[in-house]
Amino acid sequence: MMGALGHWLIAPVLLPAVVGALIILWMRGDLLLQRVFSVAATAAQVALAVWLLAQAAGGEIFVYRLGNWQVPFGIALVLDRLAGTMLLLTAVLALVVQLYAIGSGWDRRGAHFHALFQFQLMGLTGAFLTGDAFNLFVFFEVLLIASYGLLAHGGGEMRLRASVQYVVVNLAGSALFLAALGTIYASMGTLNMVDLADRMTRLPPDQTALIRVGAVLLMLVFAIKAALVPLHFWLPATYANAPGPVAALFAIMTKVGLYGIIRFYTLVFPAGEAMGTLVADLLLPAALLTLVLGQLGVMGSRDLGRMAAWGALASVGTLTLAVAQFTEAGISAGLWYLLHSTLATAALFLVADLVAGRRGSLRLAAMSRGAQAGLVGAFYMAAAVGVAGLPPLSGFLGKLAVLQATRGTDWTLAIWAAILVTSLMAIIGLARAGTIVFWTASDAAAATAPEPGPAPWLALACTGALIAGLVALTVAAGPVMRFTDATAAQLHDLGPYVDAVLVRQEGAR
Amino acid sequence: MELLVASAIGILTAAAVYLILRRRSFAVVLGMTMLSYAINLFLFSTGRLVRGAPPVLSDGAPAYTDPLPQALVLTAIVIGFGMTAVVVMMALGAFVEGGDDRIDMPSRDAGGAGE
Repeated sequence: MMGALGHWLIAPVLLPAVVGALIILWMRGDLLLQRVFSVAATAAQVALAVWLLAQAAGGEIFVYRLGNWQVPFGIALVLDRLAGTMLLLTAVLALVVQLYAIGSGWDRRGAHFHALFQFQLMGLTGAFLTGDAFNLFVFFEVLLIASYGLLAHGGGEMRLRASVQYVVVNLAGSALFLAALGTIYASMGTLNMVDLADRMTRLPPDQTALIRVGAVLLMLVFAIKAALVPLHFWLPATYANAPGPVAALFAIMTKVGLYGIIRFYTLVFPAGEAMGTLVADLLLPAALLTLVLGQLGVMGSRDLGRMAAWGALASVGTLTLAVAQFTEAGISAGLWYLLHSTLATAALFLVADLVAGRRGSLRLAAMSRGAQAGLVGAFYMAAAVGVAGLPPLSGFLGKLAVLQATRGTDWTLAIWAAILVTSLMAIIGLARAGTIVFWTASDAAAATAPEPGPAPWLALACTGALIAGLVALTVAAGPVMRFTDATAAQLHDLGPYVDAVLVRQEGAR
Repeated sequence: MELLVASAIGILTAAAVYLILRRRSFAVVLGMTMLSYAINLFLFSTGRLVRGAPPVLSDGAPAYTDPLPQALVLTAIVIGFGMTAVVVMMALGAFVEGGDDRIDMPSRDAGGAGE
């Protein structure tokens, strides 16, 4: 039986899969055709995501059973508020980044950019929509294999070396993922997320040892994807060496790990009799270390791309601090910060790419300023304000929400101190980099360096669009926060999920 | 049989971890392959080890073995095989571009000595 949405629920996964394949088969040699079809598909994806989110916003949970197999025997796609939000965020970010890649000419520096991009989108949307843990693994592999290709796009020694590291780390992560799923299946006998959650509530307290091992293994997998300290070593080199627009798209990749943490440890393995506070106890110290180390990296970087990469790491730290509370307020603050930090980090990566395009190098040293230094400098300023979490942009509200959500716990003092001190560190690091890049120009370097032309208007417009997104998030803060509150509340209420996924299917159970 | 399977998984994993921690890409690729063997064996055993029982309905079968882990292993084998091919290609590319097959990044990557 189809859900209330009919077959539309699988459209966000099918659309990029079909378009990606078409691009490889029929448009291999024609960049213009690739661009037209790829942008049209991503724009359609945005429209689909808006529509699906509007459907899910009311609080109803939509289920699509693949091949009409009954849950838990078949795989189900589940659309709730969280999945809808992630879909929309991914689609919007993808559209902007793709237009930037076209505007800056990145997509012609190697083959198959647009096909890989579509497969990346397919993996991301699939991971957000699936309601089956093993299917989540499969979509993780889809998005990873596309990301390997995108990361190596354009080639070059450092980029390939970084890609090999990234691939190896993620292969080890995938092995761990399978081990976790095996352990969970061995102890629970199911891999459907809602069915797992339902069985967890009926698990005798003396039989929880194995499932706790499985849950922690799974948390390690998500921690690798989210790059939490001490599993972060792959991130700085990877992001710093990735092509600019790809690094911007990867701003959502660490968030996939966090999505996994939010999804599994609120809904499937909530803190309680069976799990205790095991997951939160492990995540909190890791998040604190991630935040501090990330901002230290921002202060110590010697090039702008690497600084943005460390900034991405720090944002994961802040976000995990909120999520690791596993309260409704914490998850809500985390979701808000997730929306904000994805856009802000992506904007910083795009600005870094703009700078690289006109200075020839991202090194923090006095060099030629390059064309349009005023406009790019203004973009840098806005992105830096966003990343550091200063008013008036949305990061400030996000940090405020995180502080509020962590009030009155055992860790409050440490968390507040870490967030406030690291904010100052971020301001110092970002201000230092901005001063060097935009204000101290050496005339000698300007005389010898080739003067790059102005960036195409499309690349500039896309960077501006991300910053406009931050402004919009700030202006619409009230409604968005009410929505993240509702999302967090929905995740803490298992009943409707069980009802939608397990009970309301004809002839099942 | 449990002892045999368990120790096979353990030895494969130990060897894989040792190889992955080497700094040369060839050893790392071998290690990844071994790790995926170990994981596949482990997945296979998650449905409990049953001897001589069919996984699908058949007449007169006294017992069945769990078919789901077998399907999972099949998926994992396919994905693992594809991923090994990808990592080999990537490592070859890095070897051709960089001239050596070290896995770790050279210090000039972070803007250190040498740039």
